Amino acid sequence: MNALNDDRALPRIIAPDETAASVTRRISAVVLELPLGWRWLSSLSAALLLTFVLLAGIGWLLYKGVGIWGLNIPVAWSFAITDYVWWIAIGMGGTFVSAAMYVTRQPWRGAINRLAESMTVFAVAVSGIFPILHLGRPWFFYWLFPYPDKMNVWPQWRSALEWDFWAIIAYLLVSILFLYVGLIPDLATLRDRAVSRTRAIFYGLLALGWRGEAQHWRRMESVTLMLAGLSVPLVFSVHSMVALDFSEALLPGWHSTIFPPFFIAGALFSGFAMVLVLAIPMRRLFRLQNYLNDRHIVNVAKLMLAAGLWVDYSYAAEIFTTFYSMDKYEVAMELNRFFGPYAWVFWSTMVFNVLQIQLLWFERVRRNHVAVFVIALGVLYGMWLERFMLIVTSLYQDFVPSSWGMFYPTMWDIAFLAGSIGLFFALYLVFSRMMPMLSMHELRKLAHQRNEVVP
Amino acid sequence: MSKDVMYGLLAEFDDAEHLRGAALRLRREGHYTRIEAYSPYPVDGLADALEKPRIHVPFWTLIGGILGGTSTFALEWYSAVIAYPIDVGGRPTFSWPAFIPAALEMTILWAAIFGVGAMLLGSGLPRLHHPLFGMPAFQRASNDRFFLLVRAEDPQFHLLSCRAFLESLGPLSVTEVGP
Repeated sequence: MNALNDDRALPRIIAPDETAASVTRRISAVVLELPLGWRWLSSLSAALLLTFVLLAGIGWLLYKGVGIWGLNIPVAWSFAITDYVWWIAIGMGGTFVSAAMYVTRQPWRGAINRLAESMTVFAVAVSGIFPILHLGRPWFFYWLFPYPDKMNVWPQWRSALEWDFWAIIAYLLVSILFLYVGLIPDLATLRDRAVSRTRAIFYGLLALGWRGEAQHWRRMESVTLMLAGLSVPLVFSVHSMVALDFSEALLPGWHSTIFPPFFIAGALFSGFAMVLVLAIPMRRLFRLQNYLNDRHIVNVAKLMLAAGLWVDYSYAAEIFTTFYSMDKYEVAMELNRFFGPYAWVFWSTMVFNVLQIQLLWFERVRRNHVAVFVIALGVLYGMWLERFMLIVTSLYQDFVPSSWGMFYPTMWDIAFLAGSIGLFFALYLVFSRMMPMLSMHELRKLAHQRNEVVP
Repeated sequence: MSKDVMYGLLAEFDDAEHLRGAALRLRREGHYTRIEAYSPYPVDGLADALEKPRIHVPFWTLIGGILGGTSTFALEWYSAVIAYPIDVGGRPTFSWPAFIPAALEMTILWAAIFGVGAMLLGSGLPRLHHPLFGMPAFQRASNDRFFLLVRAEDPQFHLLSCRAFLESLGPLSVTEVGP
């Protein structure tokens, strides 16, 4: 076993025969020339089918109310909040890969930053559906926004749910700006290469008249650095707010200061997993092996392992603190997690988030794309189960035995989860054929630097 | 094409180092001041070689952050203390620690919006048309070619001498850009 020491055997970040022209040709061809193909079309059809399931669910929920879900007192939060936390967490990893790697000048980010940023935008957009629908009367969601109205009612600024609203709005808009600023020069390339007039106008309008002037590049690099620098604390603050939704409550298992860092660890963990789930098929589907190679996959797999160990440490710290406190409600909740009716959720979480990721210590596993893909899917599943466990095991048996009760999902709970996955992939698949999925201008620069400097 | 209706002279180069060297000579030896350089990816030191003025993106990002944070905090104070005070067991209405989260998020959001706004407006974007878009060769500026442009409005600009100077820099071609 040659743990974590395999750099020499890996390919270079970008294939040695790549030039600015070949980068432009290959990557813009995915958007402008490559036929849609049965793989892409069948994936999109499946995703759209699930999206229609979600739309039907939303329609039925608006007509009937949140009672179509299995939630009730005492388990008043269940699938919807689990789905929300799961999706927004996936977005975090995308921002982190892109922004932190920019700030730390990691040259290999050029191949995965666009993918990660667009993943973030779609994951955050999908996540926002759940808390709004969970409101009960979703059409009044704008009451969260402070505006002078005739009721003279203002938002409650001391509520963690209000903080959440501001966090999601800021995060969604900053993510869109971050994605868009990086896209502008690539949109200009598409404008200049588009054969049809309609496409040239479409990309031309989006490119805002970009010409690549030296001073414009300098402003763009400056604003990218600003956005990256702002995004890192934004990621940490947004997911801390999500965690505060829980730790502000007094329930055993929720009322804990470990939650914000613990949630951030989980967010990065599932975000890296989703980057792998998207990158591994995409590099084959769009023939991007020259830019997205073993080195990128291995690097993200290592990041996923590191974030996973941070999550595992948090599990250990949480369990230790519970027993160390000797608080009887906390201890009862923890024993319930181990041996209660939801024990299978707890132990499955341990299998997926603790045990299986240890395989990534082995170089042979890290370099096997199928294995990494399967482990990443397992991590996504495990992180969903973890949020479900955190939410339900604290709610179903609290202080008073008379208010204990089980949660059983309905068909609609599952339809919303499946539908949100469908919507995410539908957005992603459409985006991947409309916009260059790798950053052409960054890869051009990389090709130039590598082919001049590197032996 | 007379000088009045001309936009400038455009020289095309095939790589980034060549472009930077030519830009440096154009600025230092030709004493031209209205020079623009175009490249398909950011070339380190190119704007410095052209002695371009400082950019103000970080400054406006800071201003946006300060404005976003203070205005949100002020709004929270107004609504929770003046407009709609809620007495929760006698606790202070001005509970400022609870106002930090929304103010923090808006600091970051406004900073980002101001930064992007400063980048676009500072660069004169968005812009629907530009004389260079009329040049077929210029389409490769977003792909693999590098360009230097001397504006006709430059006080040093004389069509023949400028063309001769640009030719001496070893470009692939020198062309006139119409209005």
